[in-house]
Amino acid sequence: MRLLVKYLRGYGRETVLSPLFKFLEAVFELLIPLVVAGVIDRGINAGDRGFVIRMVCLMILLGAAGFGLSVTGQYFAAKASAGFGTGIREAIFGKIEGMSYSDLDGIGIPTLINRLTADSNQAQSGLNILLRLVLRSPFIIVGSAVMTFTINVPVALIFTATILVLAGVMLAVVLSSVPVYRRSQAALDRVTELTRENLTGVRVLRAFCREEEEIKEFDRATGKLAGLQRLAGRISAVMNPATYVIINAALIILIRVGAVKVNTGVMTQGQIIALYNYMAQMLVELLKLANLLVMLSRSYASAGRIASLLDTETGETAPVASGEQEKREGAPRVEFRDVSVKYGRSSGEALSGVSFKAYPGDTVGIIGGTGSGKTTLVNLIPRFYDCTSGEVLIDGADSRTLDIRDLRMRCGVVPQKAVLFKGTLRENLLWGNPSATDEEMLDALRLAEAEEVLEKTGGLDAHVEQYGKNLSGGQRQRVTVARALVRRPEILILDDSGSALDYATDARLRSSISSLDYRPTTFIISQRTSSVMNADLIVVLEDGEVVGAGTHGELLKTCPVYREIHDVQFGEGGDDGE
Amino acid sequence: MNKTARRAATVRRMLRFVKPYGFSFVISLVTGAVSVAALMYIPVLVGRAVDMIAGEGNVDFSGVSGVLIRIGAVIAVSAVFQWIMTALNNRITYNVVRDMRRQAFGTIQALPVSYIDSHSHGSVVSRVISDVDVISDGLLLGFSQLFTGVLTIVATLVFMIRINPVLAAVVAVLTPLSLFVSRFVASRTFGYFREQAEICEEETALAEEIVSSQKTVKAFSMEDGVREKFRQVNGRLEKATVRAVFFSSLVNPSTRFVNGFVYAVVALIGSFIVLGDIPVWALTVGGLSSFLSYANQYTKPFNEISGVISELQNAIACAARVFELIDGERETEKVGGAGPERVRGDVEFRDLSFSYKKDKPLLTGVDLSVAAGQQIAIVGPTGCGKTTLINLLMRFYEPDGGRITLDGVDIRSISRHRLRSNYGMVLQDTWLKNASVRDNIALGKPDATDEEIVAAAEAVHAHSFIKRLPDGYNTVLGEDGGSLSAGQKQLISVARVMLCLPPMLILDEATSSIDTRTEMEIQTSFSRLMKGRTSFVVAHRLSTVRGADRIIVMREGDIVESGTHRELLEAGGFYRHLYDSQFAH
Repeated sequence: MRLLVKYLRGYGRETVLSPLFKFLEAVFELLIPLVVAGVIDRGINAGDRGFVIRMVCLMILLGAAGFGLSVTGQYFAAKASAGFGTGIREAIFGKIEGMSYSDLDGIGIPTLINRLTADSNQAQSGLNILLRLVLRSPFIIVGSAVMTFTINVPVALIFTATILVLAGVMLAVVLSSVPVYRRSQAALDRVTELTRENLTGVRVLRAFCREEEEIKEFDRATGKLAGLQRLAGRISAVMNPATYVIINAALIILIRVGAVKVNTGVMTQGQIIALYNYMAQMLVELLKLANLLVMLSRSYASAGRIASLLDTETGETAPVASGEQEKREGAPRVEFRDVSVKYGRSSGEALSGVSFKAYPGDTVGIIGGTGSGKTTLVNLIPRFYDCTSGEVLIDGADSRTLDIRDLRMRCGVVPQKAVLFKGTLRENLLWGNPSATDEEMLDALRLAEAEEVLEKTGGLDAHVEQYGKNLSGGQRQRVTVARALVRRPEILILDDSGSALDYATDARLRSSISSLDYRPTTFIISQRTSSVMNADLIVVLEDGEVVGAGTHGELLKTCPVYREIHDVQFGEGGDDGE
Repeated sequence: MNKTARRAATVRRMLRFVKPYGFSFVISLVTGAVSVAALMYIPVLVGRAVDMIAGEGNVDFSGVSGVLIRIGAVIAVSAVFQWIMTALNNRITYNVVRDMRRQAFGTIQALPVSYIDSHSHGSVVSRVISDVDVISDGLLLGFSQLFTGVLTIVATLVFMIRINPVLAAVVAVLTPLSLFVSRFVASRTFGYFREQAEICEEETALAEEIVSSQKTVKAFSMEDGVREKFRQVNGRLEKATVRAVFFSSLVNPSTRFVNGFVYAVVALIGSFIVLGDIPVWALTVGGLSSFLSYANQYTKPFNEISGVISELQNAIACAARVFELIDGERETEKVGGAGPERVRGDVEFRDLSFSYKKDKPLLTGVDLSVAAGQQIAIVGPTGCGKTTLINLLMRFYEPDGGRITLDGVDIRSISRHRLRSNYGMVLQDTWLKNASVRDNIALGKPDATDEEIVAAAEAVHAHSFIKRLPDGYNTVLGEDGGSLSAGQKQLISVARVMLCLPPMLILDEATSSIDTRTEMEIQTSFSRLMKGRTSFVVAHRLSTVRGADRIIVMREGDIVESGTHRELLEAGGFYRHLYDSQFAH
């Protein structure tokens, strides 16, 4: 948690002055009952009319000064908390941007989004409340007690005891309701999830006639939620009556003790009224404080989650210096030497002992079943992940010795899931190459068979919605291909990029890629043999192992797995030629 | 209907939800009234005690004791009643919320699929979750606050008038000042708040988009670019936040100042009345003390009420949105439960036409007849209407014209449940519940035995990977399948159908994410399943459909060709073109 304090650094002045001003305001407010006591004892009981008028003017002055201080304090609080919120959001975002693929997998996207939005807002408003209100209430509570000491010490002790009892009761109520609130939050999450699930899965649920069961499940979840909420409510419901009873019990003692003291001349009537006013003020502030503490505990939890995220060690591993950094002439563009990969804590290897070489201009097809390690293999090239053993060499240099940014700038990746970003078509293509001209972008779109997209949407300035929702799956996929091509990459990686395209388009796309003048080394992942059959090298993967490598013709003869895949798609042997 | 009438209708509708808790509601109001009155009575009693403690040697001890006992009793009553009121309010609020959510969920189950397709899921979810919460906070708690607030004002006024009408009039005249000030600040603040909310929404949308595609950002080394973009929005948000937060936080100090002013004026005039300078209604020192504490409290409920009123308006707006969902269109059945329990499977489309948007016809005059047990493959480019046919077969959508018959009966006269339970459906977009693997497989047959479930999983070659999951069949998958791969999710949805064995099948790209070898392995199970069952198969890979009894080739909403694989190849039409392009290099 201390970690977050540094985001207040630029706002040191505000952070100190805001509570200070609120403190001064509280002091002024605390003087009022003493002034009133003076009005009664010296003004009324002694009949000094001029004194009454002077004191009333003083009250108004104190109020005005308090107002000025308070407004300034509020402004500082607003400034500090907004700055704090902005700072932590930027820090979280920066943290996310620095994360490696494995970090993202481990922490999970929804968690990150939550920290960045809901938790940050909660922490920000928590700080604002803390600066503005929470410090004010304790000032007034403690201040009231202190002021009573100036009136009469034994009576002041009654106050002190009351404050302690109240604080104890409030703490007990808050502490016992917190776990219930936490459980009811979990129950609410479940209700939310069921609602969402029933919308996304409507077709399946209706097809299986699950309506009744789903309603029953929802009834159970909402019933549980309501039960927990009622329980939490019952606990909190004790708070108000309990505090009233305690405060007023103290009031009764106060008047009883005060009566004796006034009778013996130790105290005056005005002082009794002042004490009563302090008691009332204290009660109001205590109730406010209790409500604020509940809010603050939520903010505190959010801040804790943020701190632990920022505290997590993440990031790409820095390049390892080594003698082999020089680009070696004539070396393969990409070479795998006995590469194995193990993900996180999983037991099996996702890729084991893979070796192959690909030269500039080569096309490498990678084929294999679900979970055979195709994507894992290509992810090693731009170092989205690092291999656990073996070496990946780029132009003869171990990829771990290269600057990760440089390396990635040389790769053009078309991911399996085609996502675009909100903005224009041009902005999306500039991701591939920030300095691309319109000409180059149009070229890339043409190569990617995406001219149709251009026609339909109305040019490079066409608006693209979040995730590219306003384009069809096939259109999105072709634009993502164009985005990779606009960079003129040395290494082009197509991860099942033809899957949303029909055969004809897929085929044209591949032929235009193979005729690129800058001759990238191209990796094509596919489930269809038709997409890879022209490759210079086809790597056949099964359960993370290479079970065949060679050209289409060679593999048909030597690799039973490849032949099987091919036959499934094209029918047995001679049936093909129809 | 004008705005007020609409609001009144919403409130009436709301009251229907409160009705089951009418008794609790009435008791809550009564206990609330008693507790407020008791609470307001205390300053009077304290004032009386103060008068009995006039000065040295001038204290009426027995009188003071009597008053103190009364204070004790009044406090006890107030505390008990307040507790009862809060407990009852909680009960009403949370139960009403629960009932509303249940009704809304019931409606969701009956909403036409077209509604769910065309509305953002997020907005429906927020109606069921956050809007209902706003209603409970605003309408129910707001109402009880409003009620006790008004009571407090009335009680205070009554007690003040009883002590001294002149001074009471002074307070009553000056109070509107405080209201005016807080209203003024609130109206200025509203614009700033909206500005802040808009930028905040923008930032959230940006964060969601970027972070959920973070891997793509990294693949293109765009980290710095998106950071800059985020920093810009974040900076704008900071400025707007400072403004909104600062102006809204002005309400408290300014009303405190006005209240302090009223307090001072009461002290001034009160003192002169006590001194006898203003010859109206005598006032004691104790009376003045009571009065000052009333003056201090009197303005508070006013400020609370103005806060409550805006909350109430907000709640009514939310309630209107929730009721719009609850009372929204529901699918209706022409005939309940009619139609044969187990069908043969003759399906016929007659002059079928359909469109998602009225001005863009998709299907026009489609005719097709399928004999029971036939395997029909539907092929064609994306957007040609393949999936639409399935939507119509399952009655997810209703045709604009023409009809579909099943065993000669118009499917509109068969209940949706009866119709759908005759189909086994696997879609390309696999969807899994956040539940165990077992529950997911048994979705269509909740009473299936473990043996049946394992057998279904084995038939689709899913058993081995399920066994390797941390808790086997009891592994809870998480929302939308959690960590399973697309292919594994698809296998589980195929297993679901294997378990039910309905007389007809719909497979929409059912194996698109399953690798070809596994696909081939489960193909035998598939062919066994399809034997004797009318099946509709949509596929990209033409190889998977070549064995179909008939292939329907669709293009832009029309059936352009139909026949067996061999016939279509010989015809040399669109199918031939599609087929050949597989081999284009």
